[in-house]
Amino acid sequence: MTASTAPPSAPLLAIRGLSKAFLGVQALDGVDFTLRHGEIHALLGENGAGKSTLIKTLTGVYQRDGGTVALEGREIAPRGVEEAQRLHIGTVYQEVNLLPNLSVAENLFLGRQPMRWGLVDRGAMRRRARAVLQPYGLSVDVTAPLGRFSVATQQIIAIARAVDMSAKVLILDEPTASLDAQEVAVLFKVMRTLRSRGIGIVFVTHFLDQVYEVCDSITVLRNGRLVGERRTADLPRLDLVAMMLGRELEAAAHRIDLGPAELDSRPPLASFKGFGKARSVEPFDLDIRPGEVVALAGLLGSGRTETVRLVFGMDRADKGEATVDGRPARLRGPRDAVRLGFGFCPEDRKKEGIVGELSVRENIILALQARQGWLKPIPRRRQEEIADRFIRLLDIRTPDAERPIQLLSGGNQQKALLARWLATEPRLLILDEPTRGIDVGAHAEIIRLIERLCADGMALLVVSSELEEIVAYSRRVVVLRDRRHVAELRGGEVSVERIVAAIASETPNPIASETPNIEVRQ
Amino acid sequence: MTGALQRFLPLVVTTAVLVVGFLICAAQFPNFASWRVVANLLTDNAFLGITAVGMTFVILSGGIDLSVGAVIGFTTVLLAVLIEQGGWHPVPAFAVALIAAGGFGAAMGGVIHVFQMPPFIVTLAGMFIARGLGFVLTTDSVPINHPLYGELNDMALRFDFGLKLTLPALLMLGVVVAAVVLAHWTRFGANLYALGGNRQSAELMGVPVARTTVAVYGLSGLLAGLAGIVFSLYTGAGYSLAATGVELDTITAVVIGGTQLTGGYGYVVGTFVGVLIQGLIQTYITFDGSLSSWWTKIAIGVLLFVFILLQKGLLVVWAGRGGEPAEA
Amino acid sequence: MTLSAPGPARNLPQYGALIAVLLANWLLFPDFFAIRLQDGRLFGSLIDVLNRGAPVALLAVGMTMVIATRGVDLSVGAVMAISGAIAATMTGAGWSLPAVLAASLAAGLLCGLWNGVLVAVLRIQPIIATLILMVAGRGIAQLVTEGQIVTFTSPALAFIGSGSFLTVPMPVVLTIVLLAVTALLVRATALGLMIEAVGINRLSSAGAGVNTPVVLVAVYVWCGLCAAVAGLIVTADIRGADANNAGLWLELDAILAVVVGGTSLLGGRFGLVLSVVGALIIQSMNTGILLSGFKPEFNLIVKAGVLLVVLLLQSPTLTLFLPRPRGARPIGTVKPPVAPTSGGAKP
Repeated sequence: MTASTAPPSAPLLAIRGLSKAFLGVQALDGVDFTLRHGEIHALLGENGAGKSTLIKTLTGVYQRDGGTVALEGREIAPRGVEEAQRLHIGTVYQEVNLLPNLSVAENLFLGRQPMRWGLVDRGAMRRRARAVLQPYGLSVDVTAPLGRFSVATQQIIAIARAVDMSAKVLILDEPTASLDAQEVAVLFKVMRTLRSRGIGIVFVTHFLDQVYEVCDSITVLRNGRLVGERRTADLPRLDLVAMMLGRELEAAAHRIDLGPAELDSRPPLASFKGFGKARSVEPFDLDIRPGEVVALAGLLGSGRTETVRLVFGMDRADKGEATVDGRPARLRGPRDAVRLGFGFCPEDRKKEGIVGELSVRENIILALQARQGWLKPIPRRRQEEIADRFIRLLDIRTPDAERPIQLLSGGNQQKALLARWLATEPRLLILDEPTRGIDVGAHAEIIRLIERLCADGMALLVVSSELEEIVAYSRRVVVLRDRRHVAELRGGEVSVERIVAAIASETPNPIASETPNIEVRQ
Repeated sequence: MTGALQRFLPLVVTTAVLVVGFLICAAQFPNFASWRVVANLLTDNAFLGITAVGMTFVILSGGIDLSVGAVIGFTTVLLAVLIEQGGWHPVPAFAVALIAAGGFGAAMGGVIHVFQMPPFIVTLAGMFIARGLGFVLTTDSVPINHPLYGELNDMALRFDFGLKLTLPALLMLGVVVAAVVLAHWTRFGANLYALGGNRQSAELMGVPVARTTVAVYGLSGLLAGLAGIVFSLYTGAGYSLAATGVELDTITAVVIGGTQLTGGYGYVVGTFVGVLIQGLIQTYITFDGSLSSWWTKIAIGVLLFVFILLQKGLLVVWAGRGGEPAEA
Repeated sequence: MTLSAPGPARNLPQYGALIAVLLANWLLFPDFFAIRLQDGRLFGSLIDVLNRGAPVALLAVGMTMVIATRGVDLSVGAVMAISGAIAATMTGAGWSLPAVLAASLAAGLLCGLWNGVLVAVLRIQPIIATLILMVAGRGIAQLVTEGQIVTFTSPALAFIGSGSFLTVPMPVVLTIVLLAVTALLVRATALGLMIEAVGINRLSSAGAGVNTPVVLVAVYVWCGLCAAVAGLIVTADIRGADANNAGLWLELDAILAVVVGGTSLLGGRFGLVLSVVGALIIQSMNTGILLSGFKPEFNLIVKAGVLLVVLLLQSPTLTLFLPRPRGARPIGTVKPPVAPTSGGAKP
């Protein structure tokens, strides 16, 4: 498809030297970004790269500290979402920011309903809603509540709203994260249609296949800095992954002693067969043996977190079975997992991990106490012993064990959460991004701890974006892509290069190549 | 159009309950199916219906207003004191009462928005204040004897087929019609539903959150003031303890009417039907004579439970069908 | 931060307020602290405050734990009416005191179980779930009394309301006993910790293996029990059950007492004794207003004033002036985020 409008000389959107800091942390540091008319431009980067800060600065949620943003050559500085919308910048988020309780038509026209005699002209609104959706091939009942439709349909409606409010720049922030392959295909068809109308699309995604399927250009950010801009056609996957992860691929990592080879013949502690959940992660097989670290590697959104949440029962699997110690195990909730001797430090510490206002001591003993039941309280003296022991053992920096845990730094909160599970003497410890957002010192300590626990015979299942880290301590690495377990590396095979290669490997997507059954009209 | 049926299911169920209830009553008591009973049902529940409309708006926006009963009580006292002790003509007194009640509600809305406090507790404080102010004016029940009150009470719209709509009944019907228009044919109405659906999304989509919050509590206060005027007409007196517990009756009517207490879903008409169901239960018990009044409360409690379960079930069903494909 | 600060420092405002109100009463009414012994029972304004404050204090004990789980129980007034109605009616029918007490308390437990199941299992919002029993409960109480004001003459039951133990009026004794039992139950077991954990972060607590449904049901059941005891005291005091008016609006007073006592409506840390102190603050203000010759009607305005002041102190808008990005304010969470470096919270 080629652009139907001749591209004007000035680019649609030109960002130069954009900077933004939060409380002294430089989230964006002199970033350039150029979007042309009729272009789909992927904005890529791992966590903390600065993608969302860039988008929020564009849409007026944040005000930039420095740099320039020019729309068709004209300097702009939106101070709010509405103003950005007026400046023809529309945004559609992964969590569709529309209202599920309002009808499709009301969502499309909220705040700008057609009026007649001082009242909303509902008939005209319905007609115009149908007309607005028609080019997208959506002939839905526009009077039905939005929440009744699939996320994919909602997303297209959100795009239609943004475009109808005369968007020239359309920002799609991870729109495909909760869509299935067929829905993605429909969305791409819509995106291509918009591109042919001269609209510039900024596309944020974690799925590399999708980048190569639909995008013209790629801009990669890392740690708030621009890594580079490339034409998609000129950038091999391996180079893209290297740009995103920022690795010197030849770097040989230090590896720990992986233990005797007969470890593989030991009976697994926990074994999962065909375990999976629709729209979360494809069914997978996974064995975890005592005394080994199994790492889950993959880009953000590849299904790593979803996998460990199923293993701990935080989400309930709808397929497959789990066996622990050779016996079928029920995993209907975290309580079942705790009873089986599992422990889980979640990725979102604040929301799912710590109990903020409780003290460090109470947070540390919580899981142990929950397993013992409320009738057998751990005596205060013993609680203090446990807390003090782990504060010393893990070097948790807190003036005392009675400090509310929310006052601690992220790394110390993480160590306290580790202590919570270590106090229960778990047999399988699951860590989701254990070193995310914590300082360098704590980082190294947590890695040493992982190695020590493994040596003591504990089984660990670790999710991490830090590949050197994974290579350093893992006996086996399961690589995920697009919510699927795509490769397993063991022993000597484990290396950063092999992991990156597996992440970047191209496998045809069986469903996306099918012709979607939606007619996209012009 | 099964979708439309599903959307209006709570409303359909509520209306069916009213119709079936009325038929049961009519079958049991020969005099029941008369225009007189219908007229009384409308007149007796007029103040409740007017208040419940305001409550519906507040709940649709995701809030709650516990102060309405107290505002009604305060309004009746204010009217009685102004007219009987101050020698005012009722019309300016009505105006002052409406302004006071509306302003009181708007002030609560302002506090809720500015200080980000739970509506439950702010309007609870409002309830204490309004009752207290009523008590401060007078603790006695003050009869209102102004001639205009008699005239207003005699006013009625009579139909040839025998229906007689009194002024309170007409006011309530007028308020319900106006409220339906406000809810579905104005931007304010759409903003209310948006606010109740998801505050953050609504804000991102450009809904004026502050203005809408203040307006909806102001409207609830205003309607409670109007209900107070109707109540004083109906009882011919002002009493600071008047209309205790009305906040509960109105919340119950709103829930029975199919509006979700979490906000965003519901219809004013449903609330109106909910008020009539409560009135019907009372009328049934009055007609029966042998049944005791407490059955009203138990029956309403059971209805409340059933309707909450129904809502819960519908939500689960709707959430479960997230995978509806785009229609080609 | 005063109200969310840990340690004994956070209790000072409540005790200070109680002392201030009592001193104000004393200034207005020099005999306020006078206590005399008559017929083996203590009398005096102070005793009166304790005695009249007992029902709300009892309700506040149960309500505190419900609120600590981020809930609320609107039905306690109706539960009081039910338990009182059962006690008066059964006593009138000639049942023995133990049977009467057992039946009344069992009714309270059952009501609490109903609320707890609705909240924990059916996951209905607490305000709505308990509204059902608030509406229907009075009807049930009237069903028991058949709409009459049932009076009784049994001195055994009346003793609970107007008798005394070691010169202390029975309502005060019962309140202290129930407070002590409750405190023991939550602080000598791990229940208190779990209640707070569930109230602060239900997701994290469930992730740590806490049985959140059981914790929730337990607090509503206990709240029902406390309400039943309060209902018994009121019925025994007036030697009769008035299903229409017993405990009317006391749920609001109980919530007020808990809020004044410093337990946040957003759940989390709770103080049972402080809630009782809150109930006593409210009661001493009531008594003071009565003694100083004001109309009792001013009570409501004073209550509203107290409520507003306490709320304003807890309001995130007033306690937090940190600038936040537009639209970044999370919905429903009005707890102020805490900067990791803030050290001012330590006593």
